[in-house]
Amino acid sequence: MIHQYQNNGYNIVLDVNSGSVHVVDELVYDVIALLDEGKTEEEVCLLLRERYPKEELTEALAECRELKEAGVLFTEDIYENAIIDYKARKTVVKALCLHIAHDCNLACRYCFAEEGEYHGRRALMSFEVGKKALDFLIANSGERRNLEVDFFGGEPLMNWQVVKDLVKYGREQEKLHNKNFRFTLTTNGVLLNDEVMEFCNKEMANVVLSIDGRKEVHDFMRPFRRGDGSYDMILPKFKQFAKSRNQEKYYVRGTFTHHNLDFSKDVLHLADEGFEQISVEPVVAPEGEEYALKEADLPQILAEYDKLAAEMVKREKEGKGFTFFHYMIDLTGGPCVYKRLSGCGSGTEYLAVTPWGDLYPCHQFVGIEKYLMGNVDQGITKPEIVDEFKCCNVYTKEKCRNCFAKFYCSGGCAANSYNFHGTIQDAYDIGCELQRKRVECAIMIKAALADNADKE
Amino acid sequence: MKHIKTLNTLQCQTSVGQTCENNK
Repeated sequence: MIHQYQNNGYNIVLDVNSGSVHVVDELVYDVIALLDEGKTEEEVCLLLRERYPKEELTEALAECRELKEAGVLFTEDIYENAIIDYKARKTVVKALCLHIAHDCNLACRYCFAEEGEYHGRRALMSFEVGKKALDFLIANSGERRNLEVDFFGGEPLMNWQVVKDLVKYGREQEKLHNKNFRFTLTTNGVLLNDEVMEFCNKEMANVVLSIDGRKEVHDFMRPFRRGDGSYDMILPKFKQFAKSRNQEKYYVRGTFTHHNLDFSKDVLHLADEGFEQISVEPVVAPEGEEYALKEADLPQILAEYDKLAAEMVKREKEGKGFTFFHYMIDLTGGPCVYKRLSGCGSGTEYLAVTPWGDLYPCHQFVGIEKYLMGNVDQGITKPEIVDEFKCCNVYTKEKCRNCFAKFYCSGGCAANSYNFHGTIQDAYDIGCELQRKRVECAIMIKAALADNADKE
Repeated sequence: MKHIKTLNTLQCQTSVGQTCENNK
């Protein structure tokens, strides 16, 4: 399978099944399009003879032939049987998302957790429940040494003492069981202070700082319950926090909605404020919500991604580059094909724990009773849910089979699929469109920077 | 090659498009 596209002046050919990326001239771009339609070399020469000299056509065809023989062009999909065997293996739990607080001091309009309460009641996780969760993770992680624990909410800083106590407990246990905990924290910044920053800089492998971008955008979507915005309170603290972490091992993370389809301005605003690790992501919401992204918004959003990618190339060349989460792509040392096709790990390797100790496939499923799969006292009581998630991959989803981005997105988000189609075996269509564009942009950035390196 | 430049030369943590320690 071939995917070819033009972006920011580059002709790019992605050989989907090998993951090979070729930057080509106009001639080869046209040649590959015809070969992909099934035309023979003779037919290609006939069809293009008025546009290109015969000698060049012969050269281009020879180069394509060479790449095909090397297994990096027009490669076949040989992975389906392998992935079926791989999914049948016994999995271990690698990561937990601890819902340390089902409560929040903001009232963000788009929050899937509904002011942190997850369609349920306000609650804080006790140290006892958290301890059992860490014990469950250790006991169900097999031989694996590196374990991840995300402190999530709601707003985790509303239960800060328990966070600190659990980190301390984890550090004690990791020595006893030959494990290594990687802790992370997501916060809206309202309760952030010097003590929290100091602790996080010592113990948290990553922190996620929620901010949407420009002040008017942020304050409209992320107000306090009394209605006023939170931007002025959190921005200086986030800047201090990012600086104290040497501009690494953090993300400022925002959400864009129907109200800021010009979201590249929000990304660049965050970059101009000095942040170097940035993620601004599309809201996922039912179409009836006024802030939801609609099909009609797609052309503007796609153009915005292109605009952002071109600006990032420009800034990188000027020595003012920054990281945009959705444009990170590893073309040379990325994961194996098994990982790429089997997905994020939700429901099998990654579970969410509620404040009272219930287990769900991931933080987005919390509160959906159908997906309650056990608790920290009894462990997994519904192994059939694990099996359902285990058997979910790009070959079981019709929409994914012929999608060029399948090796980069792994079939998309199970929760989004469930929320839009009532099953985890489908895909959220707007999300797919955006993912495809982001993959195209990410590859273009790689091409542009490689081009720049050649010229220097 | 005159007409083609290839950027890379397919046939872990929970998350994909992630660096593998064993595939460096």
